[in-house]
Amino acid sequence: MTTLAPPAAPGTRRTTSTGGRSGSVAWMALPALLVFIAFGVVPLLGVLFLSFTSWDGIGVIKPTGLVSWRAVLADPGLLHALWVTFVIMALSWLVQTPASLLLGVFLAGHQRYREFLAVLFFIPLLLSSAAIAITYKALLDPNFGLGAGLHIPLLVQDWLGEARLAMGVIIFVVSWQFIPFHTLIYQGAVRQIPRSMYEAAQLDGAGRVRMFFRITLPQLKYTIITSSTLMVVGSLVFFDLIFVLTEGGPGDATRNLALDMYKRGFQANLMGQASAIAVILVLVALALALLLRRIGGGSSSTSQLEGV
Amino acid sequence: MDPKTLSRRNFLGLAAGTAATVALASCGSSGPSDKGSSGGGGSAAAGAATYWFLTGAPGEKIRQGSVDRFNQANPNAKITATTFANDAYKTKIKTAIGAGQAPTIIWGWGGGGLRSYVQASQVEDLTSWFAENAAVKDRLFPSSFGAATIDGKIYAMPAETVQPIVLYWNKKLFDKVGAEPPQSWDDLMSLVPKFNSAGVAPISLGGQSRWTNMMWLEFLFDRIGGPEVFQAVFDGEKDAWSNPASIQGLTKAQELIKANGFVKGFSSITADSNADQALLYTGKAAMMLHGTWTYGNMKEAGGDFVSGGNLGYMNFPAVDGGKGDLSNTVGNPGQYYSISSKATPEAKETAKKFFATAVLSDAEVKEWTDNGAIPIVKGTNSQLSASKDADFLTFVYDTASGAKVFAQSWDQALSPTAAEKLLDNIAKLFQLSITPQQFADNMNQVIGQ
Repeated sequence: MTTLAPPAAPGTRRTTSTGGRSGSVAWMALPALLVFIAFGVVPLLGVLFLSFTSWDGIGVIKPTGLVSWRAVLADPGLLHALWVTFVIMALSWLVQTPASLLLGVFLAGHQRYREFLAVLFFIPLLLSSAAIAITYKALLDPNFGLGAGLHIPLLVQDWLGEARLAMGVIIFVVSWQFIPFHTLIYQGAVRQIPRSMYEAAQLDGAGRVRMFFRITLPQLKYTIITSSTLMVVGSLVFFDLIFVLTEGGPGDATRNLALDMYKRGFQANLMGQASAIAVILVLVALALALLLRRIGGGSSSTSQLEGV
Repeated sequence: MDPKTLSRRNFLGLAAGTAATVALASCGSSGPSDKGSSGGGGSAAAGAATYWFLTGAPGEKIRQGSVDRFNQANPNAKITATTFANDAYKTKIKTAIGAGQAPTIIWGWGGGGLRSYVQASQVEDLTSWFAENAAVKDRLFPSSFGAATIDGKIYAMPAETVQPIVLYWNKKLFDKVGAEPPQSWDDLMSLVPKFNSAGVAPISLGGQSRWTNMMWLEFLFDRIGGPEVFQAVFDGEKDAWSNPASIQGLTKAQELIKANGFVKGFSSITADSNADQALLYTGKAAMMLHGTWTYGNMKEAGGDFVSGGNLGYMNFPAVDGGKGDLSNTVGNPGQYYSISSKATPEAKETAKKFFATAVLSDAEVKEWTDNGAIPIVKGTNSQLSASKDADFLTFVYDTASGAKVFAQSWDQALSPTAAEKLLDNIAKLFQLSITPQQFADNMNQVIGQ
């Protein structure tokens, strides 16, 4: 988004006769803005309106004020769903970030075998979540799955039928699917770090580990924030994968906010309550995204290459 | 990006692309394109009607066959059919009805879902039509009209087949451990350790689907306290779930789970994948409580399991000291066709003519019985003996027609809101994360919703 309106470079550019380049650039954001308003803002306002009504999806929409909100907020299921969402977010971040950072640094090298490995690592990125979930569900089946087929007792667990195991499986599958994507981001970022920094450090006698912690990691600060934002906000709306793997089960052990919303709206016909949850989801996502930007410290357009 | 590099040509291309995307997106949301686009049924020839129904063998072909026969006989009043997969249809039909885009003929399950259409005045009242066309009504099972009747009025034409839930058992495995089919709940409980020590799961269950667990409760409630126990819930009586019979039934279900009665990992098995049936016919589980609609698949996928006579079936056994009649059963008493109240009068006439002349015609009835199902038409039992599945079909016919009470599945009978709450709590009950008392307390809160 920000690339569409670049900060005017001080002094160096002459203003054109058409009168202000930044003006002509700004309206180019219009198509994107219109699409965003039509498919982002308008539905959001619709959902906000619906959250103050009672609607079964078929009959008339009855404005009922805070009835849906009260029902949602008084339901212990909401706190549980928030907790599940938070656990999935935290655990999947903790697993994905170190793994994809290290992989990204590793794959940034230009050696032939690394380029080959990179292609292999990115395969999960090509598969749809539903396909991945169906495959894992079949592999983990305690009666017909991998463990039963190969007669490996260790693999014959009730993977998706026990609360803790099911959560672990979800974290694993999510990580398996998304680590390649974040690796790609880190790989690109590492390749942008000027080689001269490492050369200087080597002259000063720094080892590999030291260079990683003193140069690579600080230089990747904004990439980490970007990748974390994507992970955290993305994990809020995990739906397809969990829906196919466990449908929120066993019981409600893996029912996050998105699943709770779907179940209330489309299975229980409570569109008002589902809309209230949708509003909560939007607010939580916004708050988290803002928080992550704050942690990033000021504007992310500040240069990291000062003095290079 | 340097503004100089973004030329006008690029920008125009971008804008055109965006417009195309928007156009595509709006196409995608306008529903089934050619077949069902005459949504309300008023576009083409007067009297043209639309009809949405489910895919899947064998029903899809049989439904389409009836439509084709009707269209051939009535060239001026054609019915256009559009088909959907089960889960997609459940959401689609709700959205279409809510948006006033319902087909003329709405395929459904009756009960609580039909009630929600009735409350929104979206379906035609067929009471007087059935009074005028008594012959149509009289040839069907009377028990099939219960789920079509809301507050004393008939809003749907019962159709297709009756599907009671029965207890299947694997005869080979029973022979292997030297066991007899259970005649009572205590028998069933004593079979559990026998099969477990033989390395076979006593009972197969696709627990992730939740309604599969519900079938056990439906029979336990009925056999312990009779059909009145759930009827009280259905009628919205206060604290109906706290009935001692209800608590006893919930407790017995948990006892069976604690004794490892169900196959390991049952709570992650879905019924849609038919893995629960596979456990039975591959000899990994000895018993399964399931609808009669599973027979066709077990016959097809199970090799010589069914044809070799290894599949046993019976009605649910008694619970000692219980009040329920042993002939009682639960399941789907039929499928239900309603007429959209938003359709044109001509389209409605076409739909009614379809109901009277094409639905469950002799040809359709034969197709159902050939596929191992019992249509809801009286007197088909005389035709069954010629079928390859005569024994099973006769058993289903006798179970359905001989039932003192044929109850509709709970999740279909209740409103969608109460049904979702019920299934949610059933999953937790089978996970042993709530007690029977907590289950009753949770469910009492949504009684009458």
